[in-house]
Amino acid sequence: MRRRPLVADVAVLALLLVYAVPFVWQVLTSFKPEGELLRVPPFWPSHLTLAHYEVVFTQSTMPRALANSFGVGLLTTLLACALGVPAAYAMATLRVPASGALMLGIVASTAFPQIATVSPLYLVMRALGLRDTWAALVLADASFALPFVIWLMTRFMREVPRELAEAAALDGAGRWRTLLSIHLPLTAPGLASVALLTFLYAWNEFLFAFTFTATEASRTVPVALALFPGVFEVPWGDIAAASILASVPPVLIVVALQRWLVRGLLAGALTE
Amino acid sequence: MIGRRAEERRAAIAFVAPAVLVLATLTAGPALWVFWLSLRERLPVFGIDRFAGLAHYAFLATDTRFWSAIRVTAVFTLTSVTLELLLGLGLALALRGQRVGRRSAISLLLLAWALPGVVTARVFEWLYYPTGGLVNAVLGVELNWLGAPSLALPALILADVWRTMPFVALFCYARLLTIPSVVYEAAAVDGASRLETFRFITLPLLAPVLLVTLLFRTLDALRAFDLMFVLTGGGPAGMTETLTVYAYRSLFQTLRLGFGSAIGVVVFALVMLVAAAYLRVLRRQEAAA
Repeated sequence: MRRRPLVADVAVLALLLVYAVPFVWQVLTSFKPEGELLRVPPFWPSHLTLAHYEVVFTQSTMPRALANSFGVGLLTTLLACALGVPAAYAMATLRVPASGALMLGIVASTAFPQIATVSPLYLVMRALGLRDTWAALVLADASFALPFVIWLMTRFMREVPRELAEAAALDGAGRWRTLLSIHLPLTAPGLASVALLTFLYAWNEFLFAFTFTATEASRTVPVALALFPGVFEVPWGDIAAASILASVPPVLIVVALQRWLVRGLLAGALTE
Repeated sequence: MIGRRAEERRAAIAFVAPAVLVLATLTAGPALWVFWLSLRERLPVFGIDRFAGLAHYAFLATDTRFWSAIRVTAVFTLTSVTLELLLGLGLALALRGQRVGRRSAISLLLLAWALPGVVTARVFEWLYYPTGGLVNAVLGVELNWLGAPSLALPALILADVWRTMPFVALFCYARLLTIPSVVYEAAAVDGASRLETFRFITLPLLAPVLLVTLLFRTLDALRAFDLMFVLTGGGPAGMTETLTVYAYRSLFQTLRLGFGSAIGVVVFALVMLVAAAYLRVLRRQEAAA
């Protein structure tokens, strides 16, 4: 390919810097002294302070929300994988009755808008007495993530060589044994990525969390951030600190998944 | 042999059953139930629950707020998806030839994509804030971005483009990496211009990926909720109220479960229409290939 001039590289970097401004500004705001927040320019603070983080940790509902989000995220991931992995194993290796129609339904259900299913789910949660509990969020989030888990894991499990499973069967391994000792280890990197994406989805999810929660007991991070209180003025510094805290798990997940995501996107782009 | 087959069938059903059961109760069930709910007048606070037939849909047909929400949803979806596709494609092409900072660029894009929508909403709310907000300070103006009827929707769209353009850019970039450089060398030998190379080589190879991202992005734009709900709450004067926000307000703020479900069904129908149109295009392409 033709080499392009270096100036193009510099221009692209400059554009990316502009693109990063919203994020950088939020980080900067979270460390800015209260009195300097509304006076811009100057853009750079006279000194950096942890005061906003202190407020968020000692006087807001964020610590509880962080705990709720971790709990809901972990349980959602466990449930979705516990249900999805055996289903994917069967779809990939066994003759499942009506598997074509089933897969079509699973793929189609990923397009369902949450706003359409939220009202019946609300009635279900109310009938089960699950409003304002982790269980409501875990059930709603896991059922929403489940089609993705089945779809992706089926693709990974199809790549496991048949001979390995047949050899295990000759050695007298049952189906569960084969799943646990052959398919699971061989698809472990894929499963780890799917699990992290499920956790990310549950961490970011807002509509279900906003609808099914009522108090601090179950409110997750996005809900607490959306409802972050201000008495007379909007506490922009505190909100910035809270949103940085809310972003830490997604940032870590992105760092962990960077290589896989680009390759995964690639695989997806090629098979679609 | 028959016995083995029957055994495999039983095993397969046992493996699939828990997932199918959960999906049937918590996804497929509600997806069907919402249609039934939309035919009822249901106000839990007053203990009202009766059949209403198509009354909610008849009301929506002449409801100016509903038609305004349709317009906002259409403008939001068309504008943001178009901008995201153009900018994402442009960025992917720019990144392909990039020598420095490629990895950091990918990290930055992934980061913007992975942030919770509520965080993005809060970030932009602060950027747009009339006094002390960065946008006004940099531009040297005093505009009420989220409060002025003519500015709120463009401001919302910009935030959405910031958040979801990476999705398009990463998809296109991943595909571009798989095009062997031999193809381009051959084109150069043949004396193809930059534009011709793009038009006759890059674009056709990218087309399937662009089509998939177009589908995903359109569906997500139609279903979007958190960004506008937190950033503008549908205001000012309903200028940014999409169908999802109208549905949510009807469901859980005025607590009209039947009426709100009818709006939810409209969103559902739009999403299914887009998916069906996509499948048609895909089938025609496969037939042509």
